[in-house]
Amino acid sequence: MSQFARAEKAEASVRKGGRDMHPLAKMVLQRLGLGLVTLFVVSIIIFSAVELLPGDIAQQILGQAATPETVAAFRAELGLDRPPVERYFDWLAGAMIGDFGQSLANQREISSLIGGRFANTLFLAGYAAMIAIPLSVILGLLAALYRNSFFDRFINMVTLSSISFPEFFVAYILIVFLAVRGQVFPAISSLNEDMSLLDMLYRAFLPALTLTLVVTAHMMRMTRAAIINLLASPYIEMARLKGMSQARVIVKHALPNALAPIINVIALNLAYLVTGVVLVEVVFVYPGLGQLLVDSVANRDITVVQASCLIFAGVYILLNLLADILSIATNPRLMHRK
Amino acid sequence: MKLLKTAPVSAWFGMIVILFYVVLMLFAPILAPFGETEIVAYEFEPWSETYLLGTDNLGRDMLSRLIYAARNTMGVALITTFLAFTVGGFMGLLAATLGGWVDQIFSRSIDVLMAIPSLIFALLLLTIFGTSLGNLIVVIALLDATRVYRLTRAVAMTIVVMDYVEAARLRGEGLLWQIRKEILPNIMAPLVAEFGLRFCFVFLMISALSFLGLGIQPPTADWGSMVRDNASLITFGDITPLLPAGAIALLTVAVNFVVDWMLHQSSGLKE
Repeated sequence: MSQFARAEKAEASVRKGGRDMHPLAKMVLQRLGLGLVTLFVVSIIIFSAVELLPGDIAQQILGQAATPETVAAFRAELGLDRPPVERYFDWLAGAMIGDFGQSLANQREISSLIGGRFANTLFLAGYAAMIAIPLSVILGLLAALYRNSFFDRFINMVTLSSISFPEFFVAYILIVFLAVRGQVFPAISSLNEDMSLLDMLYRAFLPALTLTLVVTAHMMRMTRAAIINLLASPYIEMARLKGMSQARVIVKHALPNALAPIINVIALNLAYLVTGVVLVEVVFVYPGLGQLLVDSVANRDITVVQASCLIFAGVYILLNLLADILSIATNPRLMHRK
Repeated sequence: MKLLKTAPVSAWFGMIVILFYVVLMLFAPILAPFGETEIVAYEFEPWSETYLLGTDNLGRDMLSRLIYAARNTMGVALITTFLAFTVGGFMGLLAATLGGWVDQIFSRSIDVLMAIPSLIFALLLLTIFGTSLGNLIVVIALLDATRVYRLTRAVAMTIVVMDYVEAARLRGEGLLWQIRKEILPNIMAPLVAEFGLRFCFVFLMISALSFLGLGIQPPTADWGSMVRDNASLITFGDITPLLPAGAIALLTVAVNFVVDWMLHQSSGLKE
C-alpha cells in the first residue's frame, strides 16, 4: 500500500469515527469548543477594555502631576511600550497557568491574592447551592401539586417579592434578626485556614442563607411552571383517567419530562450565584474573590480587576455551557434532531 | 378602565405604591422637612419629633434624604432604562427588519457581551472610565441594551414575516416608516412589560453599585449608598438603615406585581 493510500485510509477512519461518535460526546465537544471561543473573545474584551483608557494606565495611576520621565519609566516597567497584541498574548499565556502578573496597588503576585479567596467563593456558592436546589425543587413540586390553593398563592407572593429584593436588604434583615437581636450566627464571616469544616459551615451560614433566599424563588417558580405546562398533555390526562393519585402523576409522569427546563434553570441560577456572591461577600466581610474585586475597583487596581473578571466570566460561561449541555442531554428530541 | 376593575389585589397594591413613589419624586423639595445635604444635628440621632427617622452618619435628616433619594435613584434608573430601550430597541428592530449580515453582526457581538455577567462587566468598565454619574448611566444602559435587543429582535421577527409588512415593503415604504408604522405598534405590549422589568433590574443594579460605593456618589442622597453609610447602626440592632433598602425592595415588588398582571392579561389568561 502506498503511503498516500494509507494516509487516505487513516483520514477516512477518522472521518468515520467522527460520524459514529456518540451523539452526546459530539454535542458536548461542540459546545465546549463554542465555550472556548466565547471565553477567548471575552478575554480579548477584558484585556482591550483597558486600552480604551484616555491616556494609559501609567498616566492614570501617577496622575496629572507626574513628569513625563516618571510616566515613561513606569510605562516601561509595566511593559506598556510593547505592542498591545504581544502584551495580550503574554497576559493570556500567563493567565492559563494561573499567573496574572502583579497587583498595581501593592505589587503582590495576583495569583497569591486570588488563590485562597477563589476557593472561599466557590465554597460559599456551593454551600448555598446545596441548600437552595433541593429546597426549590421540593417547593416547586408542592406548589404544582396544590395548584391555586392558599399554599400556592402564598408561596407565589413570597417568591415574587423575594426576587425583587436587593441582596443586601435580605442580608441585613438576616443580620438584624439572627445575628444582633437573636445572637445565633455571626454577622461577620471571617474564615481562616485551620478551621474545621463544621466551623466554616457555621460561620458562612448567614451569607449562604442570603444567597439561598435570593435564588430559590426563581428556581421554584420555574419548577412549578415547567410541571404545570405539562399537566395539559394527553398522557397526563391518560394517567389521571387510569385513576392515579395527583402526587403520583406529578412525580412519575410529569417530573421526568420537566427535568430539562428545571436543570437548565438550576444551572442558570448557579451562574447567577457567581455574581450575587459579590454583594453578599461585601456585606458579611467574607474573604472571597468578590470582595477583592470590589476593593480593587475602588482602588482602580486594574490588573487585579482584569484577573478577577476573567475568572468570574470563565465560571459563568462554564455554568451556562453546563445548562446548555444538560438541557439537551435530558431531552431526547433535542439530542436526535432530524 | 374596565380592565382596572378586574385587576387583582396585588396589582392594585403595586399601582398605589408606584403612584406614591412618583408623588415623592415630583414633590421632594416640598415634602422633605430639611434640605438634601443640610447637616441639621449630631450624627446618628435617634427617632424623635423633629427628626422623625433620626439622623444619618453625618447628622443629616434621614427622612429628608429618603425622600430626595426617591428623586435621585429613580430618576437615574429611569433615564438609564430609556437609554437602554432606545439603543437596544432600535438595534433589535434594525436587525429584525434588515436581517442578513446586519442581524448576524449585531447578534453575535451581543452574544459575546452577554457571556460576561453584567455586574462584573459593569465593575470592569467603571474601573476604567471612573465612577461619574454620566459613566454610570451609559455603562448600565449599554449593558441592559443587550437584553432589550434580544427581546425586541425576537418579538419583531414574528411581525416582520407578516403579509402587511411585506405589502408595505412592496409599496416602497422606507425602513423607518416600516418600523414606526407597521412593526412598533404591534410589539408595544411586550415591550412595555419588559420596560417595567428592565427598570427593576436597572434600579437594583444602580442600588447595588451605590451600595458598593461605586454608583451614585455622595453627597447626593441615594438609597443604596444610604444603606452603606449607615450600616454600622445595624450592629446595634437599629433598623433605620434597613429603611432605604426597604424602599428599594418595595418599589421593585410593586413594579413586579403590576408587570405580572399585565403579562397575565396579554397572555390571554393561561392555566
